[in-house]
This record gives sequence, structure tokens and C-alpha cells, in this order.
Amino acid sequence: MNRTNIEWDRHFAALADEIIRLREPGEETLCSLSAEQSDFIRFNAAKVRQIGVVQQGRLTLRLISGERHAYSTLTLSGSSEQDLAEATQTLRTLRASLRDTGDDPHLLFDRSSWQRTTFRTGRLPQVEALVRTVAECAAGLDFVGFYAGGSVLEGFASSTGSRGWYQVSNFNFSWSLYDANGRAIKTAYAGDDWDDAVFAQKLGQAARRLEYFSQSPKVLTPGSYRAYFAPDAMRELIGMMGYEGFSAREQATARSPLYKLNSGALHLDPRISVAEDLDLGLTPAFNEDGYLRESVSLVTLGRGTGQLTSARSAREFGLQPNGANAREMATSLAMAGGALPEADVLAALGTGLYVGNLWYLNVSDRTQCRLTGMTRFATFWVEDGQISSPVDAMRFDDSLYRLLGSEIEHLTETPELMLEDSTWGQRRTGGMQLPGMVVRSFELTL
Amino acid sequence: MLDKLKRIAASFSTDAHFWSIRLVDESIQNHEVRNDIVQPLHTSRDHGAMVIAHSDGGAGYAATSDLSAAGLQAALDMATARARASAAYSLIDFAKVPVVPGHGEYTSPSWSIDLPGRGAWLELLAQECAGAALGERIIERAASVQITHSSHSYLSSDGAQIEQHFRFVMPNMAVTAHADGDTQVRTLAGSNAMQQGGIEILKYFGFADSGRRLAEEALQLLAAPNCPAGIRDLLLMPDQMMLQIHESIGHPLELDRILGDERNFAGWSFVTPEMFGTYRYGSELLNVTFDPSAEGEAASYAFDDDGTRAEKQYLIRNGMLERPLGGALSQARAGMQGVANSRASSWNRAPIDRMANLNIEPGTSSLEQMIGGIERGILMRSNVSWSIDDRRNKFQFGCEFGQLIENGQLTQVVKNPNYRGVSASFWRSLAAVGDASTFGTYGTPFCGKGEPMQVVRVGHASPACVFKDVEVFGGGV
Repeated sequence: MNRTNIEWDRHFAALADEIIRLREPGEETLCSLSAEQSDFIRFNAAKVRQIGVVQQGRLTLRLISGERHAYSTLTLSGSSEQDLAEATQTLRTLRASLRDTGDDPHLLFDRSSWQRTTFRTGRLPQVEALVRTVAECAAGLDFVGFYAGGSVLEGFASSTGSRGWYQVSNFNFSWSLYDANGRAIKTAYAGDDWDDAVFAQKLGQAARRLEYFSQSPKVLTPGSYRAYFAPDAMRELIGMMGYEGFSAREQATARSPLYKLNSGALHLDPRISVAEDLDLGLTPAFNEDGYLRESVSLVTLGRGTGQLTSARSAREFGLQPNGANAREMATSLAMAGGALPEADVLAALGTGLYVGNLWYLNVSDRTQCRLTGMTRFATFWVEDGQISSPVDAMRFDDSLYRLLGSEIEHLTETPELMLEDSTWGQRRTGGMQLPGMVVRSFELTL
Repeated sequence: MLDKLKRIAASFSTDAHFWSIRLVDESIQNHEVRNDIVQPLHTSRDHGAMVIAHSDGGAGYAATSDLSAAGLQAALDMATARARASAAYSLIDFAKVPVVPGHGEYTSPSWSIDLPGRGAWLELLAQECAGAALGERIIERAASVQITHSSHSYLSSDGAQIEQHFRFVMPNMAVTAHADGDTQVRTLAGSNAMQQGGIEILKYFGFADSGRRLAEEALQLLAAPNCPAGIRDLLLMPDQMMLQIHESIGHPLELDRILGDERNFAGWSFVTPEMFGTYRYGSELLNVTFDPSAEGEAASYAFDDDGTRAEKQYLIRNGMLERPLGGALSQARAGMQGVANSRASSWNRAPIDRMANLNIEPGTSSLEQMIGGIERGILMRSNVSWSIDDRRNKFQFGCEFGQLIENGQLTQVVKNPNYRGVSASFWRSLAAVGDASTFGTYGTPFCGKGEPMQVVRVGHASPACVFKDVEVFGGGV
């Protein structure tokens, strides 16, 4: 980490300026940056299993000449001289490759000029203090968890004059507390400003919930059960749809698990409204094609009303681009709440399954939007509005059309904001804001 | 690169009692033709180094893309500082972890033989894409190949010097058919056609004419009934066996998972340390090996990312559980023998216990014998859906293609074939293992695990296998 304090904004701007200057007549360039400076700590048995720091930045350089284009992604070292040399060589290579490339009938990028900047600093814990705090607060607990904190940066610069910068410093700490029988409560503490007292309070609350596991588990057999899905469980259900259900490309090629909803062949309960909501401020407001991202109403009053449309899909299928990323995955889903106060959830459920978390979902029948997956972590049996016993992990296989359609009984009043915790490749931006949901029946299969 | 690293390391200033540097330099080329249109070229090059330091009994890491002498020294300082900061709270006393320094090299098969240029690839892909155009019900055809060159150099303070060069080739063909509100997709081996080597890999996976063949099958599935529900004998072809092995043998045998490291994310295991040596995992026909020496398989290598020399080992022999998937560190923690499987996805992630090549050894049955021995069953091929619980026990998997077996004969093709079961009992129902003629070798770059998350390449080779009395079912609500 020689360059521990890389000023990524200046470094990226200087690289982009030089790349733009190196254009030849008729060429346009689009540059995108993804970078992070992150601390990672894994805990097992309330002790440190792995601790480290990752600094990385990747530049994606796109060269466009007429209707031809090509991309290349390269790692940045933080050295102006070295990175510029590599970017210059990459530009030459891309230029040479275009000579052997035909016109791309689906090429589309934004030629306008805009400026957007988000810069949010946070107050993050010092890792030395954090490991001590965890050891003190989790003493006597089987605590296993993961802290990820630091800066996440996304940048864009085009030769048409657009510049975007998104830089936030934040943390996401999730942990699971296990009891002697191997059952667990999972909790997360995420945000911009760390507070030892808040962490201790959340940990204490989670520890007290372990008492629910003191009863013998209720053995469920496959069948239909009333159920409440906490927002964390909803994140898995709705998140699966965010993966490809709202993609314009998947819809146009009839592979979307929400194909029937999006094409108007069926509708959900009118209380269901879902949007890709940029106003949550969780993601950059621009994409790699140079478009400013828009909030998109995906489901309105139970009817499919929009999809996430990338520039390429827009040109291919005759649609309007709305700033979706190339894979047309949702990054900032928000679902409208209902009328059920959170305090009344157990009473509304009555007798049934309280599902705190779901795990490992996958589509089991694309056409019917049927999903399979497992219950995990805090899942309990509720009798007459009271948590009565834990439930061992159960498999479900059910249609989201049914759960969000004929079976829905209540949505909770105040949707909960949950920050994205993915670290595939690097820490991700985004998140979801979702309510809890009570359904009349939920199909358990194994 | 190793020589450059050695020169830099010679000037390191540190009081860490152990350090290692692992440098990864990886380039990827993607070529694709979709609906007869050449997709834009996308290449990438990713390079950087992971420095690990042990000090005061703690361990820390620092990942950097600054490969200058100053950059690597700074990374070493940072890793050492993290080791010290956590030493008093470390789960493991790293001062007591034995390290065996490895020396050697590895190179993928056909490494020195050049691959075709982009023009030749596109011609090949365009041919398959065009071959899949079998009418208006075929709504998408995509032919692609991904070529990855990855060089890894490893150097440590105790004298390890390792250089490994890999080349992965991953062809794919995906055809989507749609009519009357239904959609069916067929792909080349469930999109798991990956090996190390050269152009010969395309022939191995039957890429030539795959466009037409998969399009015909997709149309056949559109016209087919849903897979019936019920209890049937299940004949899994190797491109589904790979997923079955991966999820319900590979993950549960990862020793770091058994030791609880993954409980906050990827999960725990129904396997406990006491079960090794005494537990019957499957029928006597089940023989499972960890084999990093398999020629050209996706996760073949000579050393893992902790510098341990890799060798073939039996994990399950004649159905009995023998050995976990645990690298040197996990072996020391658990006091058990394991394998050389401490692996990282790239330079920016620290090694943990991973699968590599995890294979089922061939048996003695021909495919005809296996089909002929089934009175009421189903053949399934090409994985499309997978889900398993956090202890790796209750699973549900789906395939692209199913075909019923009645009275020893393949009969009706069925769509949306799924099956579910429990790992602990499923493998005991293994009733027949195919011979070498039924054997297939597959790979995927998408095995996920770890915090921070990592996806690594794994290979799985298997014959076709028959399981008795499995719950199968199809689509619909």
C-alpha cells in the first residue's frame, strides 16, 4: 500500500483527460472507474480469523469509432506514470482491434454532457480498537462475523464532456450468534458513522433473542403454512427478481421469471408497488454508457409497468434507455409498505411461521416464477401471536406470483432500508428498502 | 516475474517472522456472436499482489496493485501491522503453524500452442450461431468463448518459490426457444464447459454443430410435457453430476466450513470432525478423489496458494469418509490430514479452503446397462437450478433436459425436470456408477464462498450415475 492515500478522483480525472486528448479524429472514449480502499476482518468464536486491507482500482476504457467499439479493463496501480502508460497502450490495442471489427447495430451511448458528484465521508472504526471492542462485547458468545469498511468509489468520464463521481466511506458489519445446538441469530450494523455503543446495543439485543432457542424445535412436515417474512427474508425474495426479473433484455427474450407480469398476462395484489429508486442515494446516478440513471417504476399497484433498460437493449429492442447498468440488474429496489404496524406482526400472523432469513434461492420454474430456497437463522414457530419455538431449516418451493398475489394478507407499515453487503470482486454500492409481509400460505417441501 | 519478486524481496525490511507474496497476472478475452451479430470485444488484464505477514502470533494481509519495490514493502508493513493489531485476539496462533516451503512450476497443457485469433474465433462462433436458427420459435442464439491466461508467482520468507501458468478455455452455446407462453433454454453442458488447454477443448465438449443440436433439443422441450412428480430411479449425466458432487460432497467436506469459519455466510456442514474414518457417506460404489493432477481439468495445479504441493487424495473410498478438504492451516487447526486446497480467487483475496478438482472415480457399468436396469426412472442432464441448505444437506436441483426411462428404455422427453433429496441419505442410494465411456470432465469459474466473497474455478469429473428412489417433479404451480 505504498499509495495508501491515492486521490482516486484526481487520478481518474487526469487519466481520463489524457485518454480524451489521445483520441484520433472521429473517435469517442468512455472511461469508468471502480475502486475501493477497504478493511476486512473475519471473526470466528469472537476472535479474529482473518484481517487485512485491500486497495484496488479498475479502469474500463471504451473506444468508439463510428459504429464500431471495443472495451478493455485494466488494473490501476495508483502511479500516474505507470497507469497512463498502460492506458495509452490499451487505447492503441483497442484502436487496432477496431480495424478488424464490423459495425455494431446495437451500439448506443449518451452523447450529452453532464456533471454529477456524490461525496460522503464517514466515521469508521480503527481496526485495532474494533477487534478489542468485539472481544469485549462478544465475550462468552459464539460470535462469527464479518466487518467490511472503507471507501468505495465509482467514476465516469466521456469525451463528450460528462463527468460522474461517487465516493462514500461506510461500513457493513454482519454477525451471527450461535447457541449450543447450532441455531443462530444474524444481525447487521451498517452505516457511515460507527458508534461503539450502537454496536454493543445491537449485539446485546441479538444475544437476548437467543433465548427463543431455549425451547425444543418444532418439527414441521411439508405443506402449506401461514408465514411472516421479515424484511431480511423479503430481501432474498425480491432480490431474486432484481437479478433478472426486471431486465428489459430478459423480458424481450422471454427468459425473465417475471415475463407474465411484465407482459400483462397476470398481475399481483394491488398493494404491490416496486421501483428502482435512485432517490435512496445508495448508488451512483450514472452508468457506464454515460447515461444518467433514472428511478423506474417496475411494478405499480400490482401491474408490471417498466423494466431496467440498458443502452444496448434500448437500441436492439426499440426501447428508451433509462440508465440501467449493462446487466440490467436492480441495485436500489424499493417496495411500498402497507398498513400493518411492525408491533402487530405477530398478532397478525397468529399461528404460523416467522421467517427471519431465507437462503440460497433459485428459480425452479421460470415460467411460473417459482422459487426454491431454505429458511435460515431466526425462523420460529408462532402460536396465537407469541413466538413459541425455533424451527429447523426447511426447504420451500413456491411461486412469487402466488405469494405476492392471492396469498398476501399484510405488508408492514415502514419499509426497512438494508445496505448492499456484497463483496464479490469489491465492495458494492446499493441496497433495498422493503417491508415485511404476512401471507396466508407458504409451501414447504422438505 | 519470480525473478523480479526475488530481487524486490531481497531488500525487504521487516521483523515479521514470516511473510509471503503471491502475485497474480490474469488476462481474459471474450468473443461472442449473438443472433448472428458480433458482440463488441471485451478484454481485461488484472494484476496485483497479496502480501501476508505473521507477527507476534497474529497474521495479516494487504493486497496491492502497486508492484514496485516501495509498493510491496508498504504492503508488507501494512500486513505486519494488521498481524500485530490482531495478535492478542487471534483465533489461531500463527507462530505455531508449520509451513512447508514449496519449489516448482506448473503449466497448463498446450500452453505453448497458440490459439486462433479473434477473426477465426468469430467465424467458428458465427457458424454455430447460424446453425441454431431453426425457425421463429428460436428467439435467441448465443455462441461464445472465454479465454483466460493466468500466471501466479509465489515467494515466501522461508524459501518457497513457485511459478504456475494456466490457460482456461470456456466455450458456450445457449439457445432460447419460446412459444405459447413457455420458454426453454438449452446450453452446452449447462454452461459448465471449461478446461485447461487449447483448441482441443471445443472438440471435447462437442462444440461443433452444438448450435443445431441444442436448438433441436430446446424445441423438443417446448413440445414436451412437464416432468411427472413421483419417486423414480434417477440417472444423472456427468454435466449434472458435477453440480451434485459440488454442492453435496464438496462444500460439506471443506474443513474451514466444518471448523465454523463460514457460519455467518456460506454456512456450516452436516459433517463433523469425528465422522472422518467412520462415517458411511455413500454406497460402496462411491469413490471420490481430490485430484489436482488430472490432465487439463479446470482446477489442476501443482501448488495451492499457501505453497503446499498438491497431490491426488481419496476423500471417500468405497463409500467411507476418509479425509476433508482442508489446507495446511486448517489441518493444523483440526489436527487432521487434508489436501492442498488453500486457494484464493485472485491477488485481492486471502486463501481459504476451496474445492479444486473433485471427481468421482469410474465404475463398471455402461450407459446401456444402467438404462436397461431401470424399470421406472428418469435421465437428467445439464444443470439449470441449484439450492441447498446451509449445512449442505437438503437440496433441490433442476436440469435443462429430462427423459423418462420405462422398463429399461429411454422414452418421453420431459421439461423442467427437478429432484430433491438429503445429502446424508442421497449418496447411500447410489446404485450404479458408469464406466470410463460415460465419464465427463467439466468446470466452472463460479464457485462462491468466503468473506470477503470469492469465486474460484473448480473442476468436476464424473461418470453417469444411478440413484434409487428419488423424489422428482416438474414445473407448474
